[in-house]
Amino acid sequence: MDSHADHAVRRYFGIFAALLVLLVITVGAAYVHLGAANIVVALVIAVVKASLVAWVFMHLRSSTPIVILFALGGVFWLVILILLTAADFLAR
Amino acid sequence: MSVVSPAPPLRLKESYLSVSFTIRSWLLSTDHKRIGILYLLSITALFLFGGAAAVAMRVELMTPQADVVRAEVYNRMFTVHGVIMVWFFLIPSIPAVLGNFLIPLMIGARDLAFPKLNLASWYVFMAGAAFTLWAIVRGGVDTGWTFYTPYSSTYSNSYVMLTATGIFITGFSSIFTGLNFIVTIHTMRAPGLQWFRLPLFVWSLYATSLILVLATPVLAISLGLIALERLFGFGIYDPNKGGDPLLFQHLFWFYSHPAVYIMILPGMGVVSETIACFSRKAVFGYKVVAMSSLAIAVLGFLVWGHHMFVSGQSTYAGLVFSLLSFLVAIPSAIKTFNWTATLYKGQITFATPMLYALGFIGLFTIGGLTGLVLASLAVDVHVHDTYFVVAHFHYIMVGGMVMAYLGGIHFWWPKMTGRMYPEGWARFSAILVFVGFNLTFFPQFLLGYLGMPRRYHTYPAEFQVLNVMSTAGASILGVGYLFPLTYLLWSLRYGPRAESNPWNATGLEWQTPSPPPTYNFKETPVVTEGPYHYETGE
Ligand SMILES: [Cu+2]
Repeated sequence: MDSHADHAVRRYFGIFAALLVLLVITVGAAYVHLGAANIVVALVIAVVKASLVAWVFMHLRSSTPIVILFALGGVFWLVILILLTAADFLAR
Repeated sequence: MSVVSPAPPLRLKESYLSVSFTIRSWLLSTDHKRIGILYLLSITALFLFGGAAAVAMRVELMTPQADVVRAEVYNRMFTVHGVIMVWFFLIPSIPAVLGNFLIPLMIGARDLAFPKLNLASWYVFMAGAAFTLWAIVRGGVDTGWTFYTPYSSTYSNSYVMLTATGIFITGFSSIFTGLNFIVTIHTMRAPGLQWFRLPLFVWSLYATSLILVLATPVLAISLGLIALERLFGFGIYDPNKGGDPLLFQHLFWFYSHPAVYIMILPGMGVVSETIACFSRKAVFGYKVVAMSSLAIAVLGFLVWGHHMFVSGQSTYAGLVFSLLSFLVAIPSAIKTFNWTATLYKGQITFATPMLYALGFIGLFTIGGLTGLVLASLAVDVHVHDTYFVVAHFHYIMVGGMVMAYLGGIHFWWPKMTGRMYPEGWARFSAILVFVGFNLTFFPQFLLGYLGMPRRYHTYPAEFQVLNVMSTAGASILGVGYLFPLTYLLWSLRYGPRAESNPWNATGLEWQTPSPPPTYNFKETPVVTEGPYHYETGE
């Protein structure tokens, strides 16, 4: 059991470190001039970070399929929100 | 649903009402039935408060000139009315009162999945209500319940942030309730209670809960972003700072259109139960009615742009939203047709809950069809922001949801309190509510079509006759609401004691004594058939 708990703690710190690295990359990328690609890079990094948090810290990786399905449902609804709002904004 | 063992007769002191009489036992109760009653008391008080604001408005509108209040006060009155009625009455009404009380009973469970979370939801709700009432006492808000930017974010000098905070807080009680219902329906069904044996009331609340959980966070976001702009000067909605004022309307209606379905779907669930019981028939096309609840929940998220046809939204987006709005009418129409088909050749009795249910069907149909008028791009340009919209909205919300709520309260009153209400008075008030409602709001369709804008305290003299009719109707409607308040309270002491199943209805909640014991069932029921076995069972 002990080594199992150790393993879990190590994983949490690993993810924490990864999040910090991604944060540094986000800040760094903001100083590199990429034009429209800047926003894309920032959003991709943000999605990766959010996924790591949901998958590990929020225990989705060890959840039942129906819980994962509901989590994906939340993402899908976010897509609806952005897509239909963009349908207005981009076509104005 | 048939139960293997009939409920043994209950000694009265075992009922959830008589386990303890202390205030503490109520305020710290995790019993879903007691929390339902707490919600019932709270939202009744808030309903009277929101209703008083409406009465004041109708009094002002009796004459074309301003004679009771100034424009600034009138703005605050319609905002109070909208905010209180939407977030502190309609959204919690059927889910938090009847849903709380009935879902565990209907699925044969001892309680909801998270009883403490359920109690927390009531406290969070009361905290939000306290914030909002405080804002009103300090001077109120004048933005309308819709909080449109840039007025709310830049110009309004009223207590926008305080009210928005109250609504923000209350949103969490919605999320707690929705989450609790979803998990409960997934995990706590009695043995043999498959999904397609669930009562339609449970299906409709499952769909409602999905909306509560998926939409409410977006309301919190849209109000939170107003706070960022108002307090810290972020450029979210203000174009001078690189924001977009229409973004607020997108975010707000992404919540608030589905919220309309939060407010009507539970009413449809009540109607399905009462129509079946008082026609002595199974609901026609049970599976289709169940699925149409889910269809409404999903499609309801795709239509919000129909509030923005004249806002400067792109015409192409308007076209898409218009088309999708027509589509969402289909599942609602399916329900209406199926209820009508259920009545066909039924043994109909006109008990009070049935009167409310029949009223619901008629008024909801008018409200729904005028919704299609509003969803038509070109016609909407003419009737947008007029009393036509006000009338349409109230036909759904008051003619639909409040009628269903009152019908449900009457239907399950014997179960909740162990007492029967006086049937004669109840039928009389149901008719009074129906007449008063139509007299209040039908003239508003005409006023709107003639061009009277909403949210003004004065109007041209030629609109007076219709406005006086509307005010007269509102007085009848008000009396129609005070009657049930009186005789239901009266029945608590003087009403005859109710049997466990006074309507001879199917459904697990009727298989346990009235009022039920704390953990609902002496023995966990086992379900062997669908919910409405009226034809074979009686
Ligand atoms: Cu809408």
